[in-house]
Amino acid sequence: MHRFAKPSVFLKFTAPILPWLSVLTAILIAAGLYFSLIGSPVDYQQGHTVRIMYIHVPAAWMGLFCYVGMAICGAMSLIWKHPLADICARATAPVGATFTALCLITGSLWGEPMWGTWWVWDARLTSMLILLFLYLGYMALVNAFDDPERGSKAGSALALVGAVNVPIVKFSVDWWNTLHQPASIVRMDGPAVDPSMQLPLALMILGFTCYYFVLLILRVRLELNERRIRALHLSGMFDETVTPAAAKDKAYEAGHNAEAKQ
Amino acid sequence: MSLSRAKIRKRQRMYVIGAILLAVGGAAALMLTAFEDSVVFFFSPTEIAEKSPIDPDQRLRIGGLVVEGSVAKQDDGQTIAFAVTDMAETVPVSYRGILPDLFREGQGVVAEGHMSSEGTFIASEVLAKHDENYMPPEVAESLKKSGYWEEIEAKNAEQMRN
Repeated sequence: MHRFAKPSVFLKFTAPILPWLSVLTAILIAAGLYFSLIGSPVDYQQGHTVRIMYIHVPAAWMGLFCYVGMAICGAMSLIWKHPLADICARATAPVGATFTALCLITGSLWGEPMWGTWWVWDARLTSMLILLFLYLGYMALVNAFDDPERGSKAGSALALVGAVNVPIVKFSVDWWNTLHQPASIVRMDGPAVDPSMQLPLALMILGFTCYYFVLLILRVRLELNERRIRALHLSGMFDETVTPAAAKDKAYEAGHNAEAKQ
Repeated sequence: MSLSRAKIRKRQRMYVIGAILLAVGGAAALMLTAFEDSVVFFFSPTEIAEKSPIDPDQRLRIGGLVVEGSVAKQDDGQTIAFAVTDMAETVPVSYRGILPDLFREGQGVVAEGHMSSEGTFIASEVLAKHDENYMPPEVAESLKKSGYWEEIEAKNAEQMRN
């Protein structure tokens, strides 16, 4: 596993995957949207409003999935000091926060017509809001230090401690009575969603998951390139006084250094 | 086998992180159990019966299934009376206001308000609580015909009790 924790290996492995994954994401979400909006039946009670589920549930899944990923990366960055783990955690946070916010917003829009309220402080809704605050707290914390290493240490600790919230979100509807209904998909008796509605749900969940990985690869690449540029700047490659020949010499060294630093 | 210094430190860090996670998880579990009464969103009719008599000034929420055939408009034309059950205990509810679209007999509801001294729950807000089953109308129809529907309703009532 540690073999893959090198930025150069990451770039080498993800470069050929990225275009395929992007195409797969587009196909999955396009098909998912078709079946969500047109090719699936209405609910016997909720009518067309049930279609909110096809965004709401995948968004909730991604909120939890990204958080678990972020916490694991945080642990790896604390224990083994893999810089790549830290970069992955930082790259995941805004994506997970967006999905969590999307889940809360669609949930609110769904709650108003069905339950009769935009928001209640029940265990599921509250723990999901805490998840959003954990993401925001993580993002604020990692950027709050002048020394990025101290920032990622503090952030990783927060991400790990906050991981306690993940099972609380998932099982809140079983442990306490809530306004939110119990789990429909991952539960003991198998899914409580009709098979005709499972297809769009599965497509959207897969599509959202692939979309996250596309974003992750792009964001990690961006961060690695930014670091390389910063290293080149520090090496004085862009200083105006250097002659083109000297710059060429230095460029090799700088690139070498950046690689070694990571 | 002797481990290098760096390896020992990594292992130590792993143990420390594991221990902290266990401690935080344990603390969270203890806290949530201790404050269970404030974490739950509503009380079931059974819990209401256990707690009674309840101070009329205390605001609380009650949740359960609306008893079939219990919904009636009172003489003033605005107050709606119905009963909420978890199949073990039943509590009469009276409410003045707009009911959510999903409010139906046999459906889950959560009402917020207070207990009157006569044992009627005076609701100031009624929310609908639907179950975790999603299906097209035809499937619901065939389930009702095959008699499987009662099983679902019994399960919903049980969830309200939990």
